Amino acid sequence: MAKKLVGQNISPPDLYAKITGRAKYAEDFRADGMVFAKLLLSPMPHCRVKRIDASKALAIEGVLGILTAEDIPDVDAPGEACLTMEPHYEGEPVLAVAAVDETTAADAIEAIKIDFEPLPFVLNPLDSLKPNGPNGRLEGNTMVGRDIVTIKWTEEDFAKAPEGTLPMGEPSAEWSVGDVDDGFAEADLIIDETVVHQSLSHHPMEPRTTLAYWQNGKLYMHTSTQSVARTRVAIASMLDMDSDKIVVIGEFCGGGFGSKIAGGVHMLIPALFSKKIKRPVMMRINRYEENYIGRARPGFQAQVKIGFRADGRITALDMYILGDGGPYGRSGDNMSAGSTASLAYTPLNQRHRGVAVYTNTPPKSAQRGPGGAQIIGMLEPFMDKAARKLNIDRLELRRINAPDGDVRFGPNQTALTSVFVREAIDKGSEIFDWKGRLTRSGQRKGSKVTGIGVGVSPYTAGSSGFDGLLIIRPDGKVYIHQGIGNLGTHSVADTARAAADVLGVSWNEVEIVWGNTSNHMPWSSIQAGSQTTFAHTRANHAVGTEAKRLLQEIAARDLGGSPEDYDTADGRVYRLTSPSTGMSFSRAAIRAMELGGRYSGEEIAEDLNDMTKTAVAGLAGNGLVAAAKDKYPREGRVQSWVVGFAEVELDVETGHVDIVKYTAVADCGTVLHPRSLGGQILGGSIQGMGIARSQKWVFDPVWGVSFAKRFYTARPPGILDVPIDMDWAALDIPDPQTPVGAKGIGEPPVGAGSAALTSAIADALGGKCLCRTPLTADVILAEIEGRSPAYNPLDLHV
Amino acid sequence: MAVIRDMIPAFELFQPTTVEDAISILDRYGEDGWVLSGGLDSFDWFKDRIKRPAAVVDLVNLDSLRGIRSTDDGIEIGALTTITDVVMHPELALNYSVLTDAASGVATPQIRNRGTLGGNLSQDTRCWYYRGGWPCYRAGGNTCYASGPTAMNREHCIMGSSRCVAVNPSDLAPALIALDAEFVIQGTRGTRFVDAEDFFMRPSIDIERMTILKPAELLTKVRLPVRWAGSHFYFEKIEDRKAWDFALMTVASAMRIKEGVIEEARLSVNGVAPYPVRLGSAESLIQGQTPSDNLGIKAGDLAIAKAQPLRHNDFKIPMMRNLVRRAVRSPEG
Repeated sequence: MAKKLVGQNISPPDLYAKITGRAKYAEDFRADGMVFAKLLLSPMPHCRVKRIDASKALAIEGVLGILTAEDIPDVDAPGEACLTMEPHYEGEPVLAVAAVDETTAADAIEAIKIDFEPLPFVLNPLDSLKPNGPNGRLEGNTMVGRDIVTIKWTEEDFAKAPEGTLPMGEPSAEWSVGDVDDGFAEADLIIDETVVHQSLSHHPMEPRTTLAYWQNGKLYMHTSTQSVARTRVAIASMLDMDSDKIVVIGEFCGGGFGSKIAGGVHMLIPALFSKKIKRPVMMRINRYEENYIGRARPGFQAQVKIGFRADGRITALDMYILGDGGPYGRSGDNMSAGSTASLAYTPLNQRHRGVAVYTNTPPKSAQRGPGGAQIIGMLEPFMDKAARKLNIDRLELRRINAPDGDVRFGPNQTALTSVFVREAIDKGSEIFDWKGRLTRSGQRKGSKVTGIGVGVSPYTAGSSGFDGLLIIRPDGKVYIHQGIGNLGTHSVADTARAAADVLGVSWNEVEIVWGNTSNHMPWSSIQAGSQTTFAHTRANHAVGTEAKRLLQEIAARDLGGSPEDYDTADGRVYRLTSPSTGMSFSRAAIRAMELGGRYSGEEIAEDLNDMTKTAVAGLAGNGLVAAAKDKYPREGRVQSWVVGFAEVELDVETGHVDIVKYTAVADCGTVLHPRSLGGQILGGSIQGMGIARSQKWVFDPVWGVSFAKRFYTARPPGILDVPIDMDWAALDIPDPQTPVGAKGIGEPPVGAGSAALTSAIADALGGKCLCRTPLTADVILAEIEGRSPAYNPLDLHV
Repeated sequence: MAVIRDMIPAFELFQPTTVEDAISILDRYGEDGWVLSGGLDSFDWFKDRIKRPAAVVDLVNLDSLRGIRSTDDGIEIGALTTITDVVMHPELALNYSVLTDAASGVATPQIRNRGTLGGNLSQDTRCWYYRGGWPCYRAGGNTCYASGPTAMNREHCIMGSSRCVAVNPSDLAPALIALDAEFVIQGTRGTRFVDAEDFFMRPSIDIERMTILKPAELLTKVRLPVRWAGSHFYFEKIEDRKAWDFALMTVASAMRIKEGVIEEARLSVNGVAPYPVRLGSAESLIQGQTPSDNLGIKAGDLAIAKAQPLRHNDFKIPMMRNLVRRAVRSPEG
């Protein structure tokens, strides 16, 4: 029998295409008669377009037309349209011009006369909450329920703001468990700090480019998206079209980090433009534009109060978090951060309050570990501070407050499928040599002081209830159809192993069908929220089981006995008692086609999603077609953990921090693919290191425009900024509530990488928490030298 | 006229094969001409359509300006020599390591492969107001946006400002000042020679230029005198990231030490003023002294005596003091 695929290192099928540059991303495609679109972006943070005169632009030879807000479907506030006459942030697209080439299109944009009327704008949520402060939107400054409302605080609320304490007026959302006052009364130590986390752009390597064209009534889109099947659904909804009239092609995606979950609103521009001018339209987004429209993680300004008992147990956690909401939609990071903290530290009593304030900065969306990555990086240094004061080992303090399997967390006291965080802490402690390294904490060698840090970071890691689909064709191969995207995580291939293992086939006998909705996609999860590993190992396990049952039935029908007498392995279905009796998958596929009905997809199970039903109908008659819905039981939310450990050397003469060593250990269930798991754990950790140490988001407060808009000014970390000495491990303890045992891993490492550094840097500073990210040299050196701080405590976007 | 960025507009391109032709074309176009070397600075400006020269003179075919050779009095480096070639040159690494150290920290390997010595020295400032197309003094306007009380000026200067508070971004400039390099400039009226430190323009003299190069002049060669070969050198670059970042600050020093005493020293810092700064008084202070941390502190304190912070760059004052201190104490190991 073929070797079990789960747990093996197998190169994904797209590896060579990527390495050799043959992989075609959205901007590599060409279509007959294709033209190029360029965007006119708002120069102001909030304004109204008073007048557009495009006559000179349209007269330029090679210019084919203009697309404005008049040409696009209406979007209700606070939703985001792809083009607007009331831009809410600098860089928001106002209109697009199409021309035979990009140079002509750019020249045409410059030839447009456009008048803007400035409107009030706000960058820092606190400015909007002040009495008479400006609102980011004309309708109000935050959302309560489904309504846009205006919240203003009193002068009294702001009394302590000049000293750097977060004002805490009326929140827009609030929850509590237990009674924090009781919790603090019980506490022997109370930590009460103000802390600021920067906003930061997603900046995936591939900007959100789209090529769109219409053919015979169908819309074809080559686009950069994290998900594929669900992107089609999103486009259909935004354009009010039937999904079946849309073909989405997205075989490769150069990263999204949550900014391209189901594509993005701006992919509609080429679609609508193509419809208008009846030519295929390519809209290549460059780095400059990506900075604006490419989404960002909301920054936080928070007041954090934590009560500890002398034995280290957290009796109360009371947080108030303001979120930099951006101008559109509903920003939830500042509230979900409370749930993540609840799970990470299991406080006996907790209150969580916040306001996500509309601001005129680029739109916010989920970014790898939304809410969680911020709050873990912010809180872990406070755990260290408490550990020092209580004279408890810092790691032990984490263990004391870590959740057990019967944990209930968050406002709804949610249960979990599994948790093994203590085991991860212990394993990491051993690999990293926590005790040994701790002896170097605070030691100075020359101008460098060593700091040791740890970050314990949970995040959501799975959903369920999606469909699996496969077909065994007469060539004997198993074609596993995946509607998830190919974001670079390998999950598009790795989750298919669940089906292959059930059937006992070798990887050579498996073909993954992905990346093009015309290739019959089952109903799939979005590729976000670290869902796919859990969701699609389940769906593929279900469809593998269904295919096996069909094979057993066909064998029993032709070769006698009952289906249970048969098993499958190595591309054959065979009789358990006499393995030479059986038939090849190839033969079985032909038999399925002859038998028809439910063997070849001509009868379709009722419980499947409509999308899957359509896909099955498309494959019907071409082999043995199996489709199944994931109905495996699950009680509780799915969460994975990464525990990150860092040793840093902080140069007290320059404020520069070198990371000497990093170790990360994951509790993410069964390991599907060690190599790609390592890539996720360390890649996510590096992203977190960038948050903690270098990545900037800078605005001029007077003019409301951004500066850190190119890679070299936004400063995501490069490979030289991370230690050569990095290692990772996974517990490989199966989640008991899913057949393969695997949980997601995309998100939890970000908080671990960030927190390991904020913790280690505070340690190198003798336990002093600077309560701000990124911890760049200027911030650190100002502290060491006792000079005026680089920024006021509540400053944002600096 | 609406604004669009990140898309190079059309321009007239010249690729002359002799220095004389290059100068003659530049002379013809005057202020509308542009010298293109490695392109790392130029293309940023072109892409953002802020600098829009009518004619671009690409020096790619001027082979005579490429290469490193020994002369009777040291080393001569052609201005078109790539930064990678500087880094890889054994003689430079052996005797002028302050330059190769500085060169090896420039940007990224890819940029060093394209970027040239002359380009690195002639590059424009990275003030993000100026580079964002704001109509500031340096851009011909009548204000400085970066020096306001709430302006984002973490990367800006702490000394030497005159209306403009931008800093010079070159990593190689302080190293060449420490080496007492001579720059060879060719123009319509022949060749002139200037000391490295005099190559860089003060905004008090001409706020729109980073160097003394006139429109029809080319920096053709850089000469390193043998006098400083094999001295004790120190170079350090402080940056937010270890690759692809402009320096928050750089320090370069050369010290001729005999029997533990500094006979002669040259100290230069960049990232603190609109031009690379030579620290003459600190040099005088340490000459005749034994290198030590204490001496470094004194030199550092002297170096920052006239420093004035903007809103967000006070950290540069202790950083400068400490970098000078490190350079001065460095012979101690």
